[in-house]
Amino acid sequence: MEIELKNLYDDFRDADTIKAYAKMIKEDAKKLENPINIMEVCGGHTHTIMKYGIPQLMPENINFIHGPGCPVCIMPKERIDHAYVLSMQKNVILVTLGDMIKVPGSNGSLQDARAKGADVRFVYSPLDCIKIAKENPTKKVIFFAIGFETTTPMTAALINTVIKQDIKNVLLHINHVTVPEVMKELIDSRDIHVDSYNNQIDAFLGPSHVSVISGSKIYEEFPRDYNRPVVVSGFEPVDVMQAISMLIKQFIENRCELEVEYNRLVSYDGNIKAQELIEKYFEKTDLFKWRGLGNIEKSGLKLKSQYAQYDAEVAYKDILPIEEIEDHKLCICGDILRGIASPPECTIFGTACKPTKPIGSCMVSSEGACAAYYKYGNLLKK
Amino acid sequence: MCLSIPSKVTKIDTETNMATVDTMGVSRDAALDLMEDGDVKIGDYVLLHIGFVMNKIDEEDAMISLDTYKEIIEIMEKEESDDNSLSSDLTREDRQKVL
Repeated sequence: MEIELKNLYDDFRDADTIKAYAKMIKEDAKKLENPINIMEVCGGHTHTIMKYGIPQLMPENINFIHGPGCPVCIMPKERIDHAYVLSMQKNVILVTLGDMIKVPGSNGSLQDARAKGADVRFVYSPLDCIKIAKENPTKKVIFFAIGFETTTPMTAALINTVIKQDIKNVLLHINHVTVPEVMKELIDSRDIHVDSYNNQIDAFLGPSHVSVISGSKIYEEFPRDYNRPVVVSGFEPVDVMQAISMLIKQFIENRCELEVEYNRLVSYDGNIKAQELIEKYFEKTDLFKWRGLGNIEKSGLKLKSQYAQYDAEVAYKDILPIEEIEDHKLCICGDILRGIASPPECTIFGTACKPTKPIGSCMVSSEGACAAYYKYGNLLKK
Repeated sequence: MCLSIPSKVTKIDTETNMATVDTMGVSRDAALDLMEDGDVKIGDYVLLHIGFVMNKIDEEDAMISLDTYKEIIEIMEKEESDDNSLSSDLTREDRQKVL
């Protein structure tokens, strides 16, 4: 039988397959000596898990910890404030991806900036900046770039095009972050102030599309050095059920390995051309501050110094705020991301902090744990 | 943010290095900047993310997964219908064959 496009959607959402895996997982979980806490690193997985009611299909001894893999959620107010300030400059068009629209900084969101007259544009693709720049030759087009490894090569491709076509009025504000560094941080916080946040995560469900770009090789150290198995999973509910089943089998069989469930798209090496583009234009920052988690070493990217002429942080250095901003005192997103609290335990969850007016990182985007609980959480009452 | 869409390639423009893809009836353009030259062909299934093709979908691997799911459903249904005391060893073996 030849595969059709429809199969790639429907068959990986098939109810009978999900039920069969649920049954197998329940039987296998009886053989576990201890409960397992599985962290789904990626916000896309959090969304799938909540949308398809996967927690309700799990036995008592399988728990989820919802990870920090939502680039919109983890964007600190300091960076949002940069975008806000840039958008308010004369003759600037600030361009970003739609997900950033309502993320609040200390002065408001980009939506608020637009309401005050700023030219803020939300685009489908970074390459849309080229068209906007050509149509507005007297203005600076600043692309506020966000995302994990999934989205970084697209920003690199934008710079590549800007250079090739010798476009003079495009600048970039880079906020790309990387997954393995935050996974390590969550297992073994090296910051002395958060010394006690260890050992809640027993296993990882590896991200889908970060892995398409980077390859499964980026997780090798987790089973080897941290004794945490990783199964890279696709985003569809059948993918997630199969990956959970694979993780449980590892525990039953006393294995601790890196495995790939999403092998229709993920290879060991990943997309080499995309990685080369990233390496050409970007290098690691010493620190990147994650909303809810604080500074994490080498977890962010910046433009290499030879491309400084395209760097909005260099061009607008004098006006960009540098003050540190504390997370809201009542917000417990850091604890939620570390698996030591769940969204309903937060005193402002669903009251002062809602998707329409988010206070904490996990409520900001639909992929955040709090937003997912707000939308689907009442279904969790067994 | 990282969600991407499986699509089928319907046209390739080598001059602009763009592909036209079909996403369940919707036609879109996608840049091929992240793919090696000549790697993507008409009829290929690809994954689309913010205006770029990010990889090809391996049809053979997708088929293997779908076949595995069929077998898993059969095994779990069989297990349900069998007498519990007789079925456990057999099904465990069957399952291991599949996995």
